Amino acid sequence: MTSAGEGRRGVTVAVLSTVVFFTLLAVAITHAPGWPEVRRTFFNWNQFKSSMPEISRAFLLNVKIFMIAEAFILVLALLLAVVRSLPGPVFFPMRALGIAYADFFRGVPTILVIALLGFGAPALQLSWVPLSTTFWGIVALILVYTAYVSEVYRAGIESVHPSQDAAARSLGLSHWQSLRKVVLPQAVRRVIPPLLNDFIGLQKDTALVGFLGSVEAFKQSQIDAAATFNYTPFVAAAVLFVALTIPLARFTDWLVLRDRRRRQAAGA
Amino acid sequence: MSEALVVDGVRKSFGQLEVLRGVDLAVEEHEVVCLIGASGSGKSTLLRCVNLLEPIDEGRIVVEGLEITDRGVDVNRVRRRIGIVFQAYNLFPHMSVLANVTLAPRLALRMPHAQAEAEATTLLGRFGLADKRNDYPDRLSGGQQQRVAIVRALAMKPDLMLLDEVTSALDPELVAEVLEVIRELAAAGMTMLIATHEMSFARDIADRVCFLDEGVILEQGPPEQILSEPKEPRTQQFLQRIIEAGRL
Ligand SMILES: Nc1ncnc2c1ncn2[C@@H]1O[C@H](COP(=O)(O)OP(=O)(O)OP(=O)(O)O)[C@@H](O)[C@H]1O
Ligand SMILES: [Mg+2]
Repeated sequence: MTSAGEGRRGVTVAVLSTVVFFTLLAVAITHAPGWPEVRRTFFNWNQFKSSMPEISRAFLLNVKIFMIAEAFILVLALLLAVVRSLPGPVFFPMRALGIAYADFFRGVPTILVIALLGFGAPALQLSWVPLSTTFWGIVALILVYTAYVSEVYRAGIESVHPSQDAAARSLGLSHWQSLRKVVLPQAVRRVIPPLLNDFIGLQKDTALVGFLGSVEAFKQSQIDAAATFNYTPFVAAAVLFVALTIPLARFTDWLVLRDRRRRQAAGA
Repeated sequence: MSEALVVDGVRKSFGQLEVLRGVDLAVEEHEVVCLIGASGSGKSTLLRCVNLLEPIDEGRIVVEGLEITDRGVDVNRVRRRIGIVFQAYNLFPHMSVLANVTLAPRLALRMPHAQAEAEATTLLGRFGLADKRNDYPDRLSGGQQQRVAIVRALAMKPDLMLLDEVTSALDPELVAEVLEVIRELAAAGMTMLIATHEMSFARDIADRVCFLDEGVILEQGPPEQILSEPKEPRTQQFLQRIIEAGRL
């Protein structure tokens, strides 16, 4: 059989099995004893329509938090990764500090960092400390995600073979020049897919800022749900988050695939 | 004649393993010296020490009258004067051929962009690589990649070139084109220290051949003498094995 024939048959099988699977699932759920009640409280179309505009507006705050935090994270995490890659005993204190930072912020639950900063920092009542909960929420997300993303960068730096640095240094380039022009460009290129993965995590975690009282999509849906005794607004918020993460997830997969194809082509 | 390179009593260990046990070697200006010796005898290590890629434990290395193993010398300055070419080419895969060649002149010598490109283009042309200047390394054959690596080192206008088995990663049919480049460099008067397994090449190009054994230079002299009638039994054994492997 030709591979084109196999491909067509494969698609048919995939479509059929998907349809069967979801039909069975739908039947099982809609025949559950509590389904009428669940449908009323979670999947109320009128409720969905009426709460969507306000939640969408609140969701813009999630997008804003995401973009601001991401910009800082990309730069700070790279700095942290570079500090941790510094050679020699002179830089030991900086390396140790970097390790302590990464360990701490990867160890503490994100929601706790947000709570500590969001409630703690304004409580200091220092005139120069901003009171905005959103501000502190963003700071907390930056602190936590910088720790994660720096690990990703670090893996990238370590994946560049030392002979590349040796070649650069042998030409008379300084440590920084070699890092900037030879090591980092290769390292960053290799870690784009895992970086995007962390973006997706961050996008979702913007909802945690609502915990401080900032009215973002989750908080807004909470308010709506409390006012109407109906949970459909949560579904509306979920739809918005998913609508934003799916393209990013597919884009990441595409990048990984392209990279793998390219490497296979180079190896052939 | 003045000495381009003096290696004086150099010792180097990796942990317990003492690889160089007091190497003495002098290379005169415009001289081509070939280093031969069994695998693991320390040829690469010696070249890396001369380029300050490995710190030495004892002894001194003097390049063009400057003691480069002195504390306080600027290693980046020293390396600009010494070109090294590795067995595995080590080209920068994310840069075009031209960018590979111009990177160091632009950054380390602060050469203006246009001048760096003009000089690189001339050099690439001289070694038959003019049409490859915009290609990326993974599009080139091994022989072409190695020639680019040589050009990259030459672009810094070094006083001394170190070549570390530059043909051993190549398919046999690609060896000749790289050796041709080295011959041309020798003819142009470049001072070179070459680690090699190609005995016929060494015989052909070297002014002097040094046999490195157990971390010291056991025997040295003109190629005809070392390769045809070595005095030391260990040199004889080494050459015997090479002949048996069909490489002489
Ligand atoms: N960075 C290192 N750390 C530990 N041991 C090393 C290191 N570099 C080299 N060695 C050891 O030093 C010895 C000499 O290695 P070197 O590469 O200099 O030999 P060589 O003469 O160039 O051999 P070949 O002909 O195989 O290239 C070997 O035993 C090697 O394992
Ligand atoms: Mg070697």
